[in-house]
Amino acid sequence: MPRTEQAGPLPAGLLRRSCMAATLTPIIGGMPHSFLALTGISKLYPGVTALDGVDLRVSAGEVIGLVGENGAGKSTLMKILGGVVEATGGEIEIDGDRVDRLSVNGSMRAGIAFVHQELNLFDNLSAAANIFIGREPLKGGPLRLIDTEALNRQAKPLLDQLGADFRPDTKVADLSLAQMQLVEIAKALSLKARLVIMDEPTSSLTVTETNRLLAVIGRLKAERVAVIFISHRLGEVKQVADRVAVLRDGRLVAELARSEIETGTMIRHMIGRDLKTLYGPPAAPPGHAVLELADVRTSYRPDQAASFSVRAGEILGLAGLVGSGRTELARAVFGLEPILGGEIRIDGRKVGLRSPREAIQHGVYLVPEDRKRSGLILSFRISHNISLASLKSLSRRGIVDGAAERREAEAQKKNLDIRCLDTTAEAGSLSGGNQQKVVLAKWLSMQPRVLIFDEPTRGIDVGAKNEIYRLMRELSDRGVGILMISSDMEEVIGVSDRIAVMHEGAIAGFLDRSQFTEENVLSLAVGRAAIREAAE
Amino acid sequence: MNRKDLGLLILILVVGTVVAIINPRFLSPVNLSNTANLIGLFGIFALGQAFVIISGGIELSVGSIIALLGVIFVDLVSLGTVNWSVAFAAVLALGCLIGLVHGLLITKARLQPFVVTLCGLLIYRGVARYYTDDATAGFPFGASFPTLEWLVAGRFYGIPHSLIAFIIITIIMAVVLHRSVFGRYLFAVGKNEEAARYSGIHTSRIITAAYVICCGLTAVAAVFIAMYTRSISPSSHGNFYELYAIAAAVLGGCSLRGGEGSIIGVVLGTVLLQVLQNLVNLLGIPSSLNFAVMGSVILLGVLADQQFYRTRKSVARAAG
Repeated sequence: MPRTEQAGPLPAGLLRRSCMAATLTPIIGGMPHSFLALTGISKLYPGVTALDGVDLRVSAGEVIGLVGENGAGKSTLMKILGGVVEATGGEIEIDGDRVDRLSVNGSMRAGIAFVHQELNLFDNLSAAANIFIGREPLKGGPLRLIDTEALNRQAKPLLDQLGADFRPDTKVADLSLAQMQLVEIAKALSLKARLVIMDEPTSSLTVTETNRLLAVIGRLKAERVAVIFISHRLGEVKQVADRVAVLRDGRLVAELARSEIETGTMIRHMIGRDLKTLYGPPAAPPGHAVLELADVRTSYRPDQAASFSVRAGEILGLAGLVGSGRTELARAVFGLEPILGGEIRIDGRKVGLRSPREAIQHGVYLVPEDRKRSGLILSFRISHNISLASLKSLSRRGIVDGAAERREAEAQKKNLDIRCLDTTAEAGSLSGGNQQKVVLAKWLSMQPRVLIFDEPTRGIDVGAKNEIYRLMRELSDRGVGILMISSDMEEVIGVSDRIAVMHEGAIAGFLDRSQFTEENVLSLAVGRAAIREAAE
Repeated sequence: MNRKDLGLLILILVVGTVVAIINPRFLSPVNLSNTANLIGLFGIFALGQAFVIISGGIELSVGSIIALLGVIFVDLVSLGTVNWSVAFAAVLALGCLIGLVHGLLITKARLQPFVVTLCGLLIYRGVARYYTDDATAGFPFGASFPTLEWLVAGRFYGIPHSLIAFIIITIIMAVVLHRSVFGRYLFAVGKNEEAARYSGIHTSRIITAAYVICCGLTAVAAVFIAMYTRSISPSSHGNFYELYAIAAAVLGGCSLRGGEGSIIGVVLGTVLLQVLQNLVNLLGIPSSLNFAVMGSVILLGVLADQQFYRTRKSVARAAG
């Protein structure tokens, strides 16, 4: 994506000021306690500017909230700090020494530790063994046996310090997600970490567990350990951060001091543009309900029932926090998970969907979240991926009609503007956006009644995103009912005609376009507010 | 025919030429006819193995199935109570049933293919030995079944019927694997079962069908082999035949990870293995070294292929 030099009016001023500060103040000693200083960090990928002149300083015992939309550059910045990715421009200083190239080892030596979204633990080993992996205390002797007692003894104070409620010899597989995070943090402490970077640590935690984690952050702070807290949950950021850095489109658009941290301010800086520009209104008012869920219960939260309907010609956004049961519900509708109660109706008729095959026979298709694993066969040709679900109609007496298959692939390539040299190329050779179009093409070569999109634009660049949205609208205008699961607030608000918000396995409420605000969605998602349900 | 198959063909021609130069008897009609017969016998069940390997599984009980179905067939025919064609149909049905059971254990009971078919290997061998009281099964003295013998062990202008059967089966299986909807589904399931299921493919049915095809073809091969050896000692008949089949499939470009392979490759793999066997005999190499020669050639071939592939990839990367 070519980047224009113009930024929103308010953040541009802020940015300029921070750049000036960096060039005018002598770097060493400019900020008394900052042991880590990033100046003008840029990262260019072919065709994409992931980071553009970002400055960030970290002082001992400081909690920095790092917020920004998906794709704003947060993870790239963190990868640079971890030494996984090399910056294409800018300077990194650790304890006043300039580091030319931060390697993974260099980052570890500097005391930077990560608590990842996907935890990097060996779940067949105990908590203590994970904390000291690669540095196990040995009994001595030629066999290099592990001194398990010493291992547990050394792990205990680390875990106690974090208020852990489990023994060091507990197998990680038996721990809850929150407890696993404590193991990761204990591991960081054992490595004498000075900076712990937490990437969406609370996304899968319950409220109690979240509060406990926030308390742990307080303890780290007391130990003079700095924390970078990356989260979409602005309430938590507000609660815990001393300072907030806002990234947007690869730039640091604002740094807010403790007194300036307000949810509204953060959102304004994060978004920085009018959300409604995404929205293309439907051509006609929605028709009858093509998909209805009545008190559907899944094994994920058997005690909670969900009911909603998707109408023909409508895009229904399904919002909610990660772990609220949206994906599980979609899986149930697509026949991947059994339904424990309630019923699913298609065009008003009750159906039993026991496998994806049956769902597809009823015209219910899913564009899955993990397209590389569940959506595509990467080593298959593009044309073979497109025909995979409709192969029987492209064959005669069980033999594939190769010419018809090619024609269909070419038609879909043109129709969806799939950018490839040839439809005989491997699907894996395409960019993310084009891969998603191939998944979509697979379903469009058939007759969809209901299309479920699970995180339709994850990992897709902005240009391709807009094309996907346009295609969704085109489909809905053709009378297809669209159910879109998304964690991207901009997407949910910008694309949906109506939003259903899930909270802990149940629908917390519906919102009409007039009620679409980030606050409304969020407060339903966290199960806090009762917003009057939109008229069905 | 892709690059890999071409390499295999060249290797066969090179090995064949070298053997023919050292020992011209390699090209004698008798030797060629014998080798062709063996290619037919081993090729039929190697094709079946390829289907299972492409589905992402493995079938280890092939040798034991050949022993068990062999003794049953010989017994049924020599008893004379049923016509040989009925016996053939019965053995074929039993083979398919065995495949069905394997497939269901793998897809419904979710057992690993290796475990299921390893148990099959032990069970069928044991049953075969029990069935004949560990005695050698054979036809009674003087018994003859002219039609059956002509069909299965006869020659057409010197071409053994087993090879003709193999060619016919190869053509059918090539259409099934490379042209049919089932074949496409099989590759899809082998490569990415989850994506296949998400596309509405009945994955467990496809996998089960692969085992039915494999064991069915093995049953056909069992009859040919039984009529070739004419007597079956159930403790050794068909020993290690599954490994010949797996080796042929792997040589022919099937990946044990599933989703890759071609019929032409398996055919060439089978041919190469039999030429190597023949080479050991004709070049006066001690026959005890038979397996060692085969293993070494396969290892070198796979290694060379891997090396070639890597160089090509890095060249492509440097160019890109």
